[in-house]
Amino acid sequence: MKAPKFNYIKAETRQQALELLDQLGEEGRILAGGQSLMPTLNMRLSQPGTLIDINKVSGLGGITLEGNVVRIGAMTRHVEVANSPIIAEHLPLIAEAMQHVAHHAVRNRGTIGGSIALADPAAEMPACVLALGATLVVESVKGRREIAAEDYFKGLYETAREANELLVEILIPVEKLGDVSVFLELAQRHGDFAMAGLACVARVSNKTFEDLRLVYFGSEDKPTLGTGAIAAVVGRTWSADCKEAAANALANDLDPMTNLQGSAAMKLHLQKVLTGRALDAAIERAGAA
Amino acid sequence: MNKETPLTLLDKPNSYVGRTLSRDSAKRAVAGRGRYTDDIMPARTLHAAFVRSPYGHAKILSIDVEAAKQQQGVALVMTGAELAEMCTGPWVGTLVCFDGMKSEPQHPMAVDRACWQGEPVVMVVANSRAEAEDAAELVTVGYEELPVVIDKETALDKDSPVIHPNLGDNLAFEKTIETGDVEKAVSEADIVIEDTFTFGRHTAVSLEPRALLAEYDPGTERLTIHTSSQCPHMIQAVFARTLGVPEHNVRIVAPDVGGSFGLKIHTFGDEIAATAAAIKLARPVKFIADRLESFATDIHARENRVKGRIAVTKEGIITSVDIDVRSGAGAYSQYPRTSVFEANQILNITGGPYAHENYRASTQVVYLNKVPTSQYRAVGHPIGNTVGESLVDQAAAACGIDPMEFRRRNVMRDDSYPRVSAAGIEMRDLSHQKCLETLVERMGYDALLEEQAEYRKKGIQRGIGIAAFIKGTAPGPAGYYGAGGAPISSQDSCTIKLEPSGGVICMVGVTDQGQGVDTVMGQIAAATLGVPMESVRVIEGDTDAVPYGGGTYASRATAIGGEATYQAAMLLRAEILEIAGVLLQAEPDTLDILDGHVVDKGDTASRISLAEIGRIGHFQVAELPNHIQHTLSATYRFRLKDALYIFTNGIQGAYVEVDTDTGFIKLLNHWVIEDCGRVINPQLADEQVRGGCVQGLGGALYEECVYDSAGQLQNATLADYLVPMAGEMPDIEVAHIQTHTGVSELGAKGVGESGTGAAPAVVMNAVNDAIRPFGGKVTAQPMSPETILKALGKV
Amino acid sequence: MNEATLEISLTVNGEQITKTVPVRQHLVDFLRNELGFTGSHLGCEHGVCGACSVRVDDAVVRGCLMLAVQADGANVVTVEGLTETGEIADLQKNFVERNAMQCGYCTPGMLITAAELLHDPKPVSREEIRGHLSGNFCRCTGYHAIVDAVETTINKRLEEG
Repeated sequence: MKAPKFNYIKAETRQQALELLDQLGEEGRILAGGQSLMPTLNMRLSQPGTLIDINKVSGLGGITLEGNVVRIGAMTRHVEVANSPIIAEHLPLIAEAMQHVAHHAVRNRGTIGGSIALADPAAEMPACVLALGATLVVESVKGRREIAAEDYFKGLYETAREANELLVEILIPVEKLGDVSVFLELAQRHGDFAMAGLACVARVSNKTFEDLRLVYFGSEDKPTLGTGAIAAVVGRTWSADCKEAAANALANDLDPMTNLQGSAAMKLHLQKVLTGRALDAAIERAGAA
Repeated sequence: MNKETPLTLLDKPNSYVGRTLSRDSAKRAVAGRGRYTDDIMPARTLHAAFVRSPYGHAKILSIDVEAAKQQQGVALVMTGAELAEMCTGPWVGTLVCFDGMKSEPQHPMAVDRACWQGEPVVMVVANSRAEAEDAAELVTVGYEELPVVIDKETALDKDSPVIHPNLGDNLAFEKTIETGDVEKAVSEADIVIEDTFTFGRHTAVSLEPRALLAEYDPGTERLTIHTSSQCPHMIQAVFARTLGVPEHNVRIVAPDVGGSFGLKIHTFGDEIAATAAAIKLARPVKFIADRLESFATDIHARENRVKGRIAVTKEGIITSVDIDVRSGAGAYSQYPRTSVFEANQILNITGGPYAHENYRASTQVVYLNKVPTSQYRAVGHPIGNTVGESLVDQAAAACGIDPMEFRRRNVMRDDSYPRVSAAGIEMRDLSHQKCLETLVERMGYDALLEEQAEYRKKGIQRGIGIAAFIKGTAPGPAGYYGAGGAPISSQDSCTIKLEPSGGVICMVGVTDQGQGVDTVMGQIAAATLGVPMESVRVIEGDTDAVPYGGGTYASRATAIGGEATYQAAMLLRAEILEIAGVLLQAEPDTLDILDGHVVDKGDTASRISLAEIGRIGHFQVAELPNHIQHTLSATYRFRLKDALYIFTNGIQGAYVEVDTDTGFIKLLNHWVIEDCGRVINPQLADEQVRGGCVQGLGGALYEECVYDSAGQLQNATLADYLVPMAGEMPDIEVAHIQTHTGVSELGAKGVGESGTGAAPAVVMNAVNDAIRPFGGKVTAQPMSPETILKALGKV
Repeated sequence: MNEATLEISLTVNGEQITKTVPVRQHLVDFLRNELGFTGSHLGCEHGVCGACSVRVDDAVVRGCLMLAVQADGANVVTVEGLTETGEIADLQKNFVERNAMQCGYCTPGMLITAAELLHDPKPVSREEIRGHLSGNFCRCTGYHAIVDAVETTINKRLEEG
């Protein structure tokens, strides 16, 4: 199938992109890496009036360390994130997650901003930014706005970003010394979207979780913090009982969607398994550190 | 065969036969110089796109094409009714060899009723595919939804809707075969195992979709179709007859074919429509199915439920097998090969490796509002083998006998042929025992059992699977297809010619889709004639050039086409030697041909070159006496005589690890020992087996066309229909036992489907071996994580 | 809506090209239909099969997931270009010798993807090769032979430094 007709504007500057977004409203669509948008065009599932291509807009890419925060430009390609020494050193969760993101050719073109802007519930980056307590920076002609990741993901492909706003950068606090992170994902084939997945950031002391964030993806309509599971674990010495308590609590945290990959019951089961494995791994990594 | 095979020219030292040689087409492929149908772009080509039924079953109330006709670039908009007027009549997908079978007449595009989601309703032809799709969006079709039949289990219930009221019910075909006395065997058995197996719908997913470019010359009234096909002559016959064009005016060319797997032995209504447009417009019309319409229109296969039962003695001897198969076809029986072959094959082959004498097998094939089903690689075999081999494993476990040993006790003896199988089919030249012992050695069976036990102690659940199999190849003329009334040849031919240069042209009816059919035919021709490989050019895939034949399907190319090539080369060789004998004043039987030169037998010195014979034979015929009326060419046509099929056999082994918490399966090792008779090119034979295996593994683990209760295909994209990719597939070890078939002098049986036929069986047995200690058992494919978790009682 | 078009200038396989193209046309349709580089194939047009893989500014991309107009100013290389420069002649030879393809439809995409492992070859396991190629669908070979051919090429390059 071939894409339907649309207009195409290659934005030269950020300001131009924002103005176009503002003028075109619902008719305008941002074309970033295109790895999700292009398939929907080629299947005639979306019919935008105008594509606003931001690939040539300068200042939207790059990864920098600014104090205790890693700033990632929205147009940073997955491959740059995967190969970044800054990410490897300061955000090992994202480095680990990148191994699961699609395939080589898609990573060469797809962007972190595109992934977060689209908010596919089975994608890795939304879960990571939520787990890491990132701040998402959006801009419109009216100005700049910072949205905490916790307030950003609203539902299935639904975010706090307004139609006239462009996601421009992601600010992620570095993983602190002593923190450990674990990223686990179950997909039937390498690079597929997740059946179930978990981004875990923890502070462990003496086999006890002092602080913990567990973010689940692939099963819910959006990346979801496992608050009950976290509460069941924090402050307790890690044990089989503790693992079971976390799994039990998870049933209240999650409300999985049944889809082609499997039933809600299976997804809940898998997330429970992943929770135990992630926390085991966190303990092990903390011990090794 | 089990007796000494006589040596032939093919067995000479340094023969091209039995040797790995590279394919010329591979050299083109790596340079991006493959030439597939869509790569051919004549000037003024138009492109077809289709409006397809969005419903599983609906009456067509109205069609408004006016807006579409007004669109820029649109050359033609054609409805199903308009197309039907250009056709000689609807297709009826029945064959007389399937007694009692019935099917509703089917138009190439729906006329007043659409019976599956994806059935073509209106065709738009425009300057580009994009413009054709733009216009197709403007076609308005009024539908009235009709009740759908989706579940094969209830399709024959009294209160089920009937898809085609003229047929009375949804039954396409039923059949029972019975030998011996199953009930007696069951009542006397020590152990009886019963189980029910289900198999998801698959589709071929050739990477190159269906593709067709039709050109019509109103002056000569010649129709030329380039199409991605395995069977050019069948396409010629069907298209000519459907569109009322004399067959000899139709030329079918199959250029490079980007994967086929049985999909491309079929004819499809949208292809007829595009061809009709080319005739009507007298302009080239191209139709390339996109991936979405491939899922919704390419033939589907494998949707079956099988109840199976096996009876054994406590010593582990099988006394009977019986099965009942409910097979889910689509909305029509696929013309002209039908949608009942698969079920028929399941009946033919289940339990086929074993020597038991009591067998009963019955099937009912039912119509559903889904894509029509038909032949897909190793038709029926993945199902029959999975059912038979799972029952065998369960019986072995119940007897407390190692599954390898259990098979050792039950397979047909290598010295017992010819014999008739429990299904009533003649078996000859098989080697189950030899294959089994080779597998034991290759997989290091005893050591593997020990390793498995060690892993169990560590809480890692690994499973070892074994599956013996038979594979019906190269169907004979007495059975199906042509014998059943379809315009499909079960014989194949080769015409071979010596050119003035001494080069050899070898034209064959069998076709290449990348297996290396052309290379293999070249090897046979070169070895038989005694000429260098480089001097042989093989031509295939063009009905204007090659002698009539069935093409490539059912692992028949080497078995049938190879023998035709061998015999044609023998005839040409005799003629060359006769001419040489005259020129050299020697008796022909004292001469031989070596490396393109006639030599004295046992000597290597050239007496005369084939180039010289070619020169004299074509340009200087006065040098030859009048009684030598040579043509420097020969044609041979080969067919099986009485045999229904040539059967091959083999055995597969698999080693897997099951994560019992997640239900994920990791494939660790895979072995295939198979007997395809004489191996012409060992590398190509190996790769047929490997590729076939992975196609089977895909079906066992991932693939399924999922329909909802309204008849909507839920996963018609390559992102949602999961095919096997490199990351999860194992390396596959292959070995060949070469028991030549006695039905030909070449002795080749066919190799293309042996991997596919048993891979699902062996991997399911391995998975069940891994989870047996937990009381788990899987009997449904694909074996998704959820299927495994359910079997383990975890979900 | 009228068909929107734009003029683009780019380098394809070393040749400077200027063309006016419909903005909705994806890169591979442009390469195939406008320029005749039919070595890049369409297998799904939704970015899954990898048959359309081409190199754009030194990175392998899905040609169906990029618009031709986005390649304005870019350096595009297809399997035809890689063949002409001889950059992957050893890989191509090993594909032929190992019969690492049957129908050949996936082969150009497979080669372009595998070539990424050859720029700066490092010892890789078969599993890593499989992972690297896991976005390229081959229905014919079962992948074993492809992994063999890539492995042989990498090892040879490492051997020869």
